[in-house]
Amino acid sequence: MSEPQSALPGAAFTGAAQITETGLRGMITLKGDLSATKLKNIAKKVSGVDMPEKRGANIKGDNGLCWMAPDELLILCPHMDAPTIVTQIDKALKGTHYLAVNVSDARAVFRVDGQGAREVLAKLTPADLHPDSFGPGEIRRTRLAQVPAAFWMTGPQTFEIVCFRSVAQYVFDLLSNAAKIQAQVDYF
Amino acid sequence: MLILHCPHCGIDCDETELSPGGEAHITRHGPGASDEKVEEYLFLRENPKGVHFERWRHSMGCGKWFHAARCTMTLEVFGTYPAQTTEPPESIRKILSEKRPGWSWRDFA
Amino acid sequence: MSKRLAAGGRLIDRAIPLDFTFNNKRMHGYEGDTLGSALLANGQVLVGRSFKYHRPRGIIASGAEEPNGLVNLGSGRTLEPNQRVTTTELFEGLRAESQNHWPSLEFDIGAINTHLSRFLPAGFYYKMFMWPPVFWKYVYEPFIRASAGLGRAPNARDADTYEHFNTTVDVLVIGGGIAGLQAAKAAGENGARVLLVEQTAHWGGRAPVDGAVIGGKPADAWIEDTITDLEAMDNVHIRTRTMGAGVYDHGYVLAHERISDHDPREDRPRHRLWRIRAGQVITATGAIERPLSFAGNDLPGVMLASAVRDYAVNYGVSTGDRAVIVTNNDDAYRTALALHEAGTTVKAVLDARTQAAGRLPDKVRALGIRVETGTGIAKVKGVARVDGVALCAQSGNGSVTEELSCDTVAMSGGWSPVVHLWSHCGGKLLWDADRAMFRPDPDKAPTGADGAGFVHAAGAANGEMSTGAALADAHRAAAAAMGKKLRTKASTAEDEEEMPLEPVWLMPQGAGDALRSKTWLDFQNDVKVTDVQLAAQEGYESVEHTKRYTTLGMATDQGKTSNINGLAILSKSLGADIPNVGTTTFRPPYTPISMGAIAGEARGKIFQPLRRTPLHDWHDRNGAHWEPVGHWRRPYAFPRDGETVEQAVSREVKNAREAVGLLDASTLGKIIVKGPDAGRFLDMMYTNMMSNLAPGKCRYGLMCSENGFLIDDGVVARIDDDTWLCHTTTGGADSIHAHMEEWLQTEWWDWKVFTANVTEQYAQIAVVGPEARAMLEGMGGMDLSAEALPFMQWREGKIGDFDAHVFRISFSGELSFEIAVPASQGRAFWDALIKEGAIYDAMPYGTEALHVLRAEKGFIMIGDETDGTVIPQDLGLNWAISKKKEDFLGKRAQERSHMTDPGRWKLVGLETVDGSVLQDGAYAIADGRNANGQRNTQGRVTSTYYSPTLGRGIAMGLVLNGPDRMDEVISFTRIGGEPQKARIVGPVFYDPEGEKQNV
Repeated sequence: MSEPQSALPGAAFTGAAQITETGLRGMITLKGDLSATKLKNIAKKVSGVDMPEKRGANIKGDNGLCWMAPDELLILCPHMDAPTIVTQIDKALKGTHYLAVNVSDARAVFRVDGQGAREVLAKLTPADLHPDSFGPGEIRRTRLAQVPAAFWMTGPQTFEIVCFRSVAQYVFDLLSNAAKIQAQVDYF
Repeated sequence: MLILHCPHCGIDCDETELSPGGEAHITRHGPGASDEKVEEYLFLRENPKGVHFERWRHSMGCGKWFHAARCTMTLEVFGTYPAQTTEPPESIRKILSEKRPGWSWRDFA
Repeated sequence: MSKRLAAGGRLIDRAIPLDFTFNNKRMHGYEGDTLGSALLANGQVLVGRSFKYHRPRGIIASGAEEPNGLVNLGSGRTLEPNQRVTTTELFEGLRAESQNHWPSLEFDIGAINTHLSRFLPAGFYYKMFMWPPVFWKYVYEPFIRASAGLGRAPNARDADTYEHFNTTVDVLVIGGGIAGLQAAKAAGENGARVLLVEQTAHWGGRAPVDGAVIGGKPADAWIEDTITDLEAMDNVHIRTRTMGAGVYDHGYVLAHERISDHDPREDRPRHRLWRIRAGQVITATGAIERPLSFAGNDLPGVMLASAVRDYAVNYGVSTGDRAVIVTNNDDAYRTALALHEAGTTVKAVLDARTQAAGRLPDKVRALGIRVETGTGIAKVKGVARVDGVALCAQSGNGSVTEELSCDTVAMSGGWSPVVHLWSHCGGKLLWDADRAMFRPDPDKAPTGADGAGFVHAAGAANGEMSTGAALADAHRAAAAAMGKKLRTKASTAEDEEEMPLEPVWLMPQGAGDALRSKTWLDFQNDVKVTDVQLAAQEGYESVEHTKRYTTLGMATDQGKTSNINGLAILSKSLGADIPNVGTTTFRPPYTPISMGAIAGEARGKIFQPLRRTPLHDWHDRNGAHWEPVGHWRRPYAFPRDGETVEQAVSREVKNAREAVGLLDASTLGKIIVKGPDAGRFLDMMYTNMMSNLAPGKCRYGLMCSENGFLIDDGVVARIDDDTWLCHTTTGGADSIHAHMEEWLQTEWWDWKVFTANVTEQYAQIAVVGPEARAMLEGMGGMDLSAEALPFMQWREGKIGDFDAHVFRISFSGELSFEIAVPASQGRAFWDALIKEGAIYDAMPYGTEALHVLRAEKGFIMIGDETDGTVIPQDLGLNWAISKKKEDFLGKRAQERSHMTDPGRWKLVGLETVDGSVLQDGAYAIADGRNANGQRNTQGRVTSTYYSPTLGRGIAMGLVLNGPDRMDEVISFTRIGGEPQKARIVGPVFYDPEGEKQNV
């Protein structure tokens, strides 16, 4: 194996917010009965965080659990841990109906950080990003301009955004364009 | 532009986060079915002025299908409910009977 | 002569002079001027020519309703036509040019049309340009193109940038006049998340000009205090230069912000389109003054009374030295007072009413200004601008009683509430006969998702014209929007008592044809009273039809000043009441918005998402000739120095056949299907059996829609007992995954199946050619021998150091390994293949070589051989349709009589007799002609290529009874040449026994 490459290594832009491609993140799609004890136990065990509520995102450093759908979790972890975690899940859930699959390489991750972060995203998504409506602890699956994406907040003005790897350049360009210092809205 | 509540993930979705799926509660007629049934299944659709039931997928979101009971005239939304049903749930029918007394749609009333 | 007054102008800053040009003439204005006020300050009364008759036109209004003052702004990449001078803020270096004239604004040849006007009546285009057809091309169209039209569309790429901004609020208030401010304040103080937008650069609207006193303070002071209060509230956001453009379903509202039009600085976006989700909308959009209809009312110098007052008070601009005011209401007397204060002579106020007994007329009389009641204007005198007016009795037929010389006519026909935004989404209007206006019907508000009204009109937009009433109404609207009683109170104002207006739709009442044919309703589109009357006479009873027939209320101003007057004339002509005739439909946007704002960020490199595989950069650096495939970019071929693209394709094909080729197949869809019911589910999805595929094996499968048509194909691999991996076409990855989920969620929701689209998790590379095995074995790793990994099987293992899934499948007919590695390893793996491949003459190939290779083998391609009307049976794929299965998607539909018709065109191979290449999509010609006189057809080409392997053109096509007509020669159409003859052959041109792929 070679050193794994993310979609846009080192891509960064500074404007109304700081846009950074964070490098590869371990991501596992886990589908199954989210109320089943076995599933909850293994999800908690491999992530080190509690099961999220509906639309919840429990994030701790590189690890986390995100609620994606009523029968789907996204498990976050360091990139190199993902294959092992899939094996652990397969072992724990053997005999039950579930699907665990490593999707780390199918994704790109960006961090949008700074005063203008909410505003930058609000130019691209129809989601309500008012601080009273969206904050840390929640995940929003939506679109950014013309592509699907999901994001959560790791601080009062820090977003982590996940999109498909193939559109990483498009999303980076979108975010950088929206974060141009001359284009601030001064809204939030 | 519509806003529809996704009953699966609880988001009030912007129409641009959804994909339309046409009429709801269509019964599949496969091999062995008569030509009439197949015609009905594949080609015949309601075009009501008023109460209508339709399918939507929260495609830019949780990915789940749901149904919406909606007025095609006023765009009033009477309710949304998961697609895992062959007929409108009682709760929706009750709302319809209050808001649109005497409503009927296909065989439902 | 219009000019700048020595003093005054509440909106201008005389300390900051600005230079600008109009038709290349240097002019001067001040910070705070609009282009309109600055032009008037420079004595430029003539600003344009009308649409049809090219008549001279001057500014008549001071705001968004202006029909005449339209100019080209900027030049080259910043040129924008049809910009209203009254809403264009002046900036240093502004360049404006008038439009719709030739050769010059002052002398316009097209003005001859005015003398032909009796030949250019309503519906002229429809009546005149009928026949003969050839006249259209050579006479009518050139004539229309030369004479019609407003500004010219720019032909250079727009230099500016634009963007969108999404926001969700409880209460959106549109309009920042006193009513909007009051409503926003009330909603904000009571806890709502509020956004207040105002189209101009200034808060407070007309109130300061009209001398309103609010809460004991002059309006300006109250406005300033209110803005301070609003800015202090965290839950309120206020924004000027932002026009509420349209109100749509479920509280969606578009607002158009002009960020840098007034101050073009590098790199700032020019416009921003606000996409607002509002729980409730308050439209505090004010009112627009109506012109009066008298002969010669289109001459430059005839203006709305409120505009004359605005120019004096707001900009310190006098529109002339001697004014005559003509009115049917008290409000216009405020203009007399303002002009008197500014030192302009008011020669008379002509009041069409028989009495003018209100306090405002009294004040005017007290200043010694002459007031004539029961009097109107018979006609305006002058050629290119007002020289004077001829007076007459309003009740008469226009006999002139007196003439007054003047250079400004300030007219007021009363006020119309701006009901556009109320109406966009279905709000209904009622006719208020006492005040002669349409106003929002509160019982018929636009309704939202919950079925309740979500738009509330407030203030003048709701017909409440006086200050105190407007404020109270705004507070009421805020309470209604919040659905509760508010703990705040509205500000109060002492209203000047005004006497009711008297509707005047034609001046004088009995004006004859000669006067009416000089009486303009729509200044922009040159529609006169006689045009509307003619339309009515010719049977146009619907106001919508009359609009199209006469062009009344069309184009950039959409009849803001002309609609009500036009419809009153129409109703009178039809002998119907105004409310029964109704209004035309109010459609968004309120005033034109830029195409750039609508596009937002979507231009240049972010016009569309462009999908890149993990190998994209390598392809780019190695000369890839790109082909768009959906949103993907795939290399079509890799031309080398001195090579054409065609030569490159031939080289790549030959190399794959003779040595080894490398293909980036990462875009192919990969969907994991897992669960106890996965086999059963795939048996429904595919026409052939997938449940009995053994783990470790691969099978080619077809997918049909429920209508029976072939929608996708690909190789399915069984991973383990309850897991399958489905490969789809590049274009099908997302749609087939969605298709599977649709059936699982909405039809078989009790089946235990999960799916995951893992397309982008892997970089997938096809290593193709007789040397493929040797090359891969050279890299070390897993056993790739025919025994360890037979054809149509797959294994997991290592190639070199790379974790890989290796599929022995072939879309080329050659020995072929499709290798999937994690996307993060894709580039390194490709580099390793290129390095190892050097020994074996390996070279990358693109999508065109892929197509040629598969066509030589007679493999179908979704999208070439299929077009949404083709079933597998048409393509001779019956072998891939299970006879054993009771059911699969499309099975029943394929039994429909049309699908089993033996006359359906069937797939065959085609070889041209002379070896040339058939044209793509060419039709096979049959005898005779159809009912339309076209040649009958008996088939068409679906794929056609030059085969470098065979050294000739090869093709596939669908031909009537094709499989039964082997060796028959038929003719195919050729664009730009004689038909081509081709022989019907089997579709497999190369290695028909399949020996090469199975080694």
